[in-house]
Amino acid sequence: MDNQQRYIRQMILPGFGLAAQGKLAKAKVLIVGIGALGCPALQYLVGAGVGQIGMVDPDAISESNLHRQLLYGQADIGKSKVAIAAGAMRLQNPAIKIKTYPVAIVRQNALDLMKGYDLVIDATDNFQAKYLLNDAAAILKIPLIYGAVTRYQGQVSVFHFPDQEGVSYNYRDLFPIEPADNIAGSCESLGVIGVLPGIIGCLQAAEAIKIITGIGRSLAGRLYTHDFLETSNYEIAILKNEEVKPLTREAFLITENQSSEYWEEIDVDEITVDAFLKLKTKEQVFVLDVRESEEYPAIDFSDAQIPMSELIQKLDLLPNKEICVICHQGIRSVYAAQLIQAKKGLKTYSLKGGITAYFNKLT
Amino acid sequence: MELLIFGSLTDIIGTDKLVLETPQDTELLKVSLLKQYPSLEQTHFFLALNKIMVQEKQPLQEGDVVALMPAFSGG
Repeated sequence: MDNQQRYIRQMILPGFGLAAQGKLAKAKVLIVGIGALGCPALQYLVGAGVGQIGMVDPDAISESNLHRQLLYGQADIGKSKVAIAAGAMRLQNPAIKIKTYPVAIVRQNALDLMKGYDLVIDATDNFQAKYLLNDAAAILKIPLIYGAVTRYQGQVSVFHFPDQEGVSYNYRDLFPIEPADNIAGSCESLGVIGVLPGIIGCLQAAEAIKIITGIGRSLAGRLYTHDFLETSNYEIAILKNEEVKPLTREAFLITENQSSEYWEEIDVDEITVDAFLKLKTKEQVFVLDVRESEEYPAIDFSDAQIPMSELIQKLDLLPNKEICVICHQGIRSVYAAQLIQAKKGLKTYSLKGGITAYFNKLT
Repeated sequence: MELLIFGSLTDIIGTDKLVLETPQDTELLKVSLLKQYPSLEQTHFFLALNKIMVQEKQPLQEGDVVALMPAFSGG
């Protein structure tokens, strides 16, 4: 470190000093999403002297970003977020090595993008990215600092990093199953006040600094929820979900093929509740429930339950007959039916509308 | 018992705080909430009893506080 004067105010803090500053200088942090969470997290980590920072974001700056993404100005509309952010950060602290990746993070590139970083900040705005980062961080054993907002509330936690008892938690402990679509809504559809993701992004930067330097107690094992309107917070102790784990490397990569290769093109016979009942009385089909074990309601008309998250590993348990796959709403069951048809060569059906449609019909 | 409702689940339940008759356990609480607010079925949430996540059924007592925490995805 050649410029100690720059960091003198934090280095004189109790428990910080030259040693902590040296750890920051050696650290490599990847920030995924350079929006309302990513901008403040980035700025504070650059300011604090984190040695290398990578930024992932495919988006261009739009006018409706400007009220909350304060790194960007009116003249930047239409330009690449990572390019503008990198320029600003190089001016702020020329000693920091800045890398930009103007791409969307997907299964095909996630492991390569994240490899080599000591820590990843989840500053994304959708479930698909959050589950992907969670599973990739589990595979690579990299601590992940989770942040998210919805309207006037925001959350922070630290995954894949041991708490004081030495236990690490992950996003699937909280929410085992990835929602089929962005059911909880985005800032675009639900609205957001700029300062809230600012608070959450700053908390994510704070967690990063604590983990890198080893000072204080991280949010590992705790889900911290901040309420803007009340200026209050609510902290929940996380417990392990023993049934659902992050995807293994194999499943992570197999599903990549699943979504990009031939499976999705397989036509699945989506059948109505009436057709399902008919098939069922003839005992022609084996009814497979692919919901995860904690999903409601319990049903008595399936022959087996193999959660979607385990299906790839458990295909051999299926009998050699026609399979009708069911799930909550008939979306996952299509994927499961495609997978079974592709891997086992069995005729498959998917119950259209899922168990929801079944109960609507019968009750 | 008291129920605290977080995130956009307040749209479904209509408030961020409810005082309820205490059911016997968290399972029965969930069942009665799903019955009363069927749209909860379409959401992803977990329960926390007195600030500790519920992974397995827990007995409930008078004075308990249960949080209904949905997944947040904005950023």
